[in-house]
Amino acid sequence: MKTRLLVACALLLALGCSQTPSQSLYQQLGEEAGIAAITDGLLHQIEHDPLIVGHFRDTDIPRFRRLLIEQLCELSGGPCQYSGATMEESHTGLHLTTRDFDRLVNHLITAMQQQKVPYSAQNRLLAMLAPMYPEVIDR
Amino acid sequence: MIRTSLVLLCCLLTLPALASSRVLATGGATSIEGSAGGGIVPWAVINGYGSDDEWSIQAFGTRVAVDDFTLHAAGLGYSWDNRWELSYARQQFKLDTLGGQLRQDILGIKYRITGQLLYTALPQISLGLQYKRHLDFDLPALVGARSRSGVDLYLAASKVWLDAIAGRNLLLNGTVRATQANQTGLLGFGNEHSNRHRLMFEGSAALLLTHQLAVGVEFRQKPNRLAFADEQHWRDIFVAWFVNRKLSVTAAYADLGDIAGLPSQQGWYLSVEGSW
Ligand code: HEM
Repeated sequence: MKTRLLVACALLLALGCSQTPSQSLYQQLGEEAGIAAITDGLLHQIEHDPLIVGHFRDTDIPRFRRLLIEQLCELSGGPCQYSGATMEESHTGLHLTTRDFDRLVNHLITAMQQQKVPYSAQNRLLAMLAPMYPEVIDR
Repeated sequence: MIRTSLVLLCCLLTLPALASSRVLATGGATSIEGSAGGGIVPWAVINGYGSDDEWSIQAFGTRVAVDDFTLHAAGLGYSWDNRWELSYARQQFKLDTLGGQLRQDILGIKYRITGQLLYTALPQISLGLQYKRHLDFDLPALVGARSRSGVDLYLAASKVWLDAIAGRNLLLNGTVRATQANQTGLLGFGNEHSNRHRLMFEGSAALLLTHQLAVGVEFRQKPNRLAFADEQHWRDIFVAWFVNRKLSVTAAYADLGDIAGLPSQQGWYLSVEGSW
């Protein structure tokens, strides 16, 4: 029994080590350039989605792009500081629905796929964004 | 029935997709009873990929071949608003060794009470009802079943934990079902003494290995109220492949325990689902 536990521990360690030097999410997203490319991919998707593009009618897109890059960079542990408004503030008055949220998530996944972000890193980022759902919906 | 469904499926595949905004795999598969879920357990998820203000239709065909029996199930579903799910399924249970067949129809309705599978801290919680009606009741009556039809009521909670295990997303589902059914209704409802509902627990766990591929296990507690033969809990281990939002294929190895006196029924489960 004891040996089996030891073997299991060794295996776990080996598994852990095989992923080291454990890359930060920021690195997995491709650092500054990668995050900029993901954001541009996302903006491209939004632009071509007639069901949500209307929300961005009055948006200052270069500013939105800069803030989104800042936010993703900070969230993923990069050397940035998000300088925009809170999620509640910036989405108030937009009356976003779950459908808008679903579509944006799909677009983000597509953008990350295009940048060849590993599946596990995609999920790490999505796990950080999903809890913001109540902050942006129905406001 | 299965052939018609397959033909229908192929025709529908050529149609343009209706708006289907939800994330791939969040519609789950279609269970043998027609409700979205795993293979043998209904989940809290609403079938298809419709989000707010969207609707979708589903068609599925399933075959479960265990040692002495073969179950064919096929049906249609309609979902809207990621809130309501209506379903119809026809089951044909072939008694390969004993001879003959048992068929039942299942009408299902499911209502999502609260929660969003991927986004909310609270699980997605749904209430569902399955009305089942047997078409070959002579045999179930002979072995002690009281009634030709029955109603299952279930409460299901499902949640996905993103980045749960090795960067993969984990889905857990728990379902509590009140049922009168013997062998899910294939052996009728109730026994000589009573037709009361019994509370059963069902559970599933699935790990998404990629956006398109999930592996998992399921367990379904079963009542055991017919004196003529033991009924046992069901379990399976499955792989589901979400080809795209229109097509998914699920394969499983199922252990259905003793059925009608024939011991340890195990075998393969294969299901194809289309959604538009
Ligand atoms: C977790 C999900 C989301 C995140 C992290 C996010 C992030 C952001 C950020 C950083 C800003 C800029 C804030 C500022 O101007 O100070 C912003 C603004 C905006 N977001 Fe989101 N957002 C999310 C969901 C959504 C969804 C689902 C939609 C609609 C499809 C949406 C539409 C907008 C629009 C239209 C603006 C610009 C508002 C304006 O013009 O002032 N967002 N978002």
